[in-house]
Amino acid sequence: MRKKGTGVNFAGFAKFVPVLFLPLPPHLLNTKPPHSDILSKYQKPAQNYMTQPISVTINGVSHTHQVEPRLLLIHYLREVVGLTGSHIGCETSLCGACTVEVNGKAIKSCSMFAVQANGATILTIEGLTSSDGKHHPVQEAFWNEHALQCGFCTPGMIMVSKQIIERNPAPTDTEIREGLDGNLCRCTGYQHIVNAVRTAKAGA
Amino acid sequence: MATTITKVDKLVGKRIRRKEDPRLITGTATYVEDITRPDMQHAVIVRSPHGAARIKGIDISKAAALPGVTAVFIGKDITGVGSVVCAADLPGLRRPVHHILAQSRVYLVGHPVAVVVACNRYIAADAADLVEVDYEVTQAVTDPEKALAPGAPAVHPEWPDNKAFVYHQTGGDIDKAFADADVIVRQRIVSQRLVPNAMETRGVVAEWLQAERSLTMYTSTQIPHLARTILAGQLGIDENRFRLVAPEVGGGFGSKLNVYAEEALMGFITMKTGKPVKWIESRRENFLCTIHGRGHVDYFEIAAKKDGAILGLRLKLIQDLGAFHQLLTPAIPTLSVLMMPGLYNFRNIDADVIGVFTNCVPTDAYRGAGRPEATHGIERMVDMLAAELKMDPAVIRFKNFVQPDQFPFPTATGLNYDSGDYGATLQKAMDLIGYDDLRKQQAEARAAGRLMGIGISTYGELCAFGPSPATPAGGWESATVKIEPTGKVTVLTGTSPHGQGQETSFAQIAADELGVPMDDIIVLHGDTSIVQYGIGTFGSRNTAVGGPALYYALQDLKEKIRKFGRMLLEADDVVFENGVCTDPKTGKEVSIQTIAGAAYRALKLPPDTDPGLVATKFWEPSNFAFPFGAHIVVSEVDRDTGEIAIKRYMAVDDIGNQLNPLLVDGQLHGGAAQGLGQALWEHGIYDDNGQLVTGEFMDYVMPRARMMPWIESSHTVTPSPVNPLGVKGVGEAGTIGSTPAMVNSVVDALSPLGIRHVDMPLTPEKVWKIVNGATA
Repeated sequence: MRKKGTGVNFAGFAKFVPVLFLPLPPHLLNTKPPHSDILSKYQKPAQNYMTQPISVTINGVSHTHQVEPRLLLIHYLREVVGLTGSHIGCETSLCGACTVEVNGKAIKSCSMFAVQANGATILTIEGLTSSDGKHHPVQEAFWNEHALQCGFCTPGMIMVSKQIIERNPAPTDTEIREGLDGNLCRCTGYQHIVNAVRTAKAGA
Repeated sequence: MATTITKVDKLVGKRIRRKEDPRLITGTATYVEDITRPDMQHAVIVRSPHGAARIKGIDISKAAALPGVTAVFIGKDITGVGSVVCAADLPGLRRPVHHILAQSRVYLVGHPVAVVVACNRYIAADAADLVEVDYEVTQAVTDPEKALAPGAPAVHPEWPDNKAFVYHQTGGDIDKAFADADVIVRQRIVSQRLVPNAMETRGVVAEWLQAERSLTMYTSTQIPHLARTILAGQLGIDENRFRLVAPEVGGGFGSKLNVYAEEALMGFITMKTGKPVKWIESRRENFLCTIHGRGHVDYFEIAAKKDGAILGLRLKLIQDLGAFHQLLTPAIPTLSVLMMPGLYNFRNIDADVIGVFTNCVPTDAYRGAGRPEATHGIERMVDMLAAELKMDPAVIRFKNFVQPDQFPFPTATGLNYDSGDYGATLQKAMDLIGYDDLRKQQAEARAAGRLMGIGISTYGELCAFGPSPATPAGGWESATVKIEPTGKVTVLTGTSPHGQGQETSFAQIAADELGVPMDDIIVLHGDTSIVQYGIGTFGSRNTAVGGPALYYALQDLKEKIRKFGRMLLEADDVVFENGVCTDPKTGKEVSIQTIAGAAYRALKLPPDTDPGLVATKFWEPSNFAFPFGAHIVVSEVDRDTGEIAIKRYMAVDDIGNQLNPLLVDGQLHGGAAQGLGQALWEHGIYDDNGQLVTGEFMDYVMPRARMMPWIESSHTVTPSPVNPLGVKGVGEAGTIGSTPAMVNSVVDALSPLGIRHVDMPLTPEKVWKIVNGATA
């Protein structure tokens, strides 16, 4: 007769399963930090790289900055302007997490230099919610349909979804999937995102 | 101050949209890369371009001279920092010392050699390009079977056979099983290397305050408390002066169930320079330097009687470990051994595991961690056995399932399956998809020359990790519930959710137990200075282990609420329901909000009762939980292109009770996408020199929206007896069930061509070659 019970028989178990081994070597650092030694060796001011002025309107607000020509638009938005809602997933234009609208078109902001956006009107995820806190229908649909889990790809997904329904108010599921194809999500398997785009179009 | 609330409906079991989403859909959530500190520096790491080489010299002078550079460190500078920790152990395990910066040799492409710290990321990257490293390239070995061959290059010169460990496990009488067999089927099955690819790469912001000897570190991790304990040891600092925060974490899938060299390195840098420092992993680094998953070559032999009754299973498992052990690297293949019998009622197993060093990035836990490999193996072997015996793959499964009256079922591998009805999920999946009709359609398709396949997998999963003696670092979980003086509720969970949705599902549990609206509850996690010690998020354990911890903390709190209720109502006994204590004799009521106010004001206290309304529970599970299910895939192979069209995907999963079916669906869809990714597209390929050929999204095929089928899903519900919520865990189920169903479907499609097995991924090129080779 087998003994009924839900517990594991650890006597038999222990020999099969790795047990705790947390070596915590007390390699003590020198607690007196030689900051001054380290820093005096270096700490020359950054040289003045060549910069040029740009003026852009982001989410309805005008910005003017001096930027290096090599500065990517996504780095400009995140680090110069401080809009960190658009994310960097690859920096090679393959994942779409950095998607924003430039002059009304969804673009991957890692594939464009900030200086190329001079004079442009830009919309980021932060600009979708109205000042009284009302979500854009696409945002609301993503929430309702559980179209996000970790949320990292979500700002890009929402920006591209907005474009899908603006270009085609009644997309089929196949058209929605084709529209989402430039944006990677590792969490959802896309099914709830497809649901969100389909229902957002109804609500928009 | 306190307001009386109305009674609420029960929330557990409802499809409720998530509390965490407003910050995520508005771009206002804070991930590591969004964090800045005054005078923060940026680190860029110089990494080995070679799979194996000796470092003859490093010249940092040009990099150090670049204006804006704060510091450059190389291997000799970090001798005071502890090496990267592996928490798993096996008898005779060889442990290479894994320094946080390379010393005299590099062992893989991407091995960190130097780190440049500068005032901004562009200058740091410029300076990193100026670090000159003189390498003497040696021969690499990247294929685990080649690494075992005599005369292979030694990854670690001190161990020329490249074996990290050899591990043997047996159960029952395997020799008798094979002697008694009418039929024996053998197959070599590869579970290829996969790259987890969380959409957020890793990243660290570290800040040392010398005056307080305190370190604050924001890092993208699944295990904030364990990471703090380990990093405090590596850095030689006091754990209680070390605040480690997992802020918003953009996916993990096991790749952040680890403690990496870069975390200790950033701690070292901020302590050395006195300045806060940020490091954000590039996607290329994520491919090269964050752990990979799978990496098995498995030799299976299955023994059975003529009627299909399985007698035993032998496995020789060659695990590609990579060059070092990360946190759990050597333990992962032992999980494969534990789950090798699948859902089937046979008692004889024999497994030999060989852990092999290669000049590749370490493998470790990736969604499923050892169990997808086991499930793919047994499910392929059962299909091959069915083909050999000319049985329907469903029939042979029904014949061998552990039966509902056999639970709890002790397996040959030492587990104790908690509960289940394996036949019910398969029958339901077959009914929903119309299995018999599909077989008729298949016969017609074949008669017309079309390659249509129907693939079944019936998977079981070892999850809800787990009893502490069976886990490498404690398997319990913790929860604190604080009812504030106004009656608002704060839950602190020791788990570290990063997309799984426990801010919502745990609020559902608390709302039901306390009778307050969900909006009155917040769930906090991931900050070691706020949350009591916890284990973290992995192994489908948040709900199944963290949930019961919360449940029992709530029970303690309810007991205290009733004490205050009796005192305030001057009653002998009270009933606490829907947020109100009621004296059943008088009908007088007092709300939880009034009680909370009274408990903190403490003008009067019940006998033997302290002020306040806070409870903490550390909960130790008595067993794992074992979800299961049946997935069926209908596919068709295009003879001309080798492309595979997925016509139907049916998933029937039993994960025990469901707290929030909306979140369950999300977990299963995402899991299935990763499982189909392995079956069809994904492959981390190293060439013989140690270069990761599929090292970018351009080469490594991630599932995209257009590639994914519509997933039809349903459930059966067999509550787990292991915990009071009856939940089993859902995080990994989709990944485990989908892969063999997909491969079985394609092999079934190709079977008229005499095909009995194809290794993953089933790329169009591979399938086209098979189809055209076979028909030519």
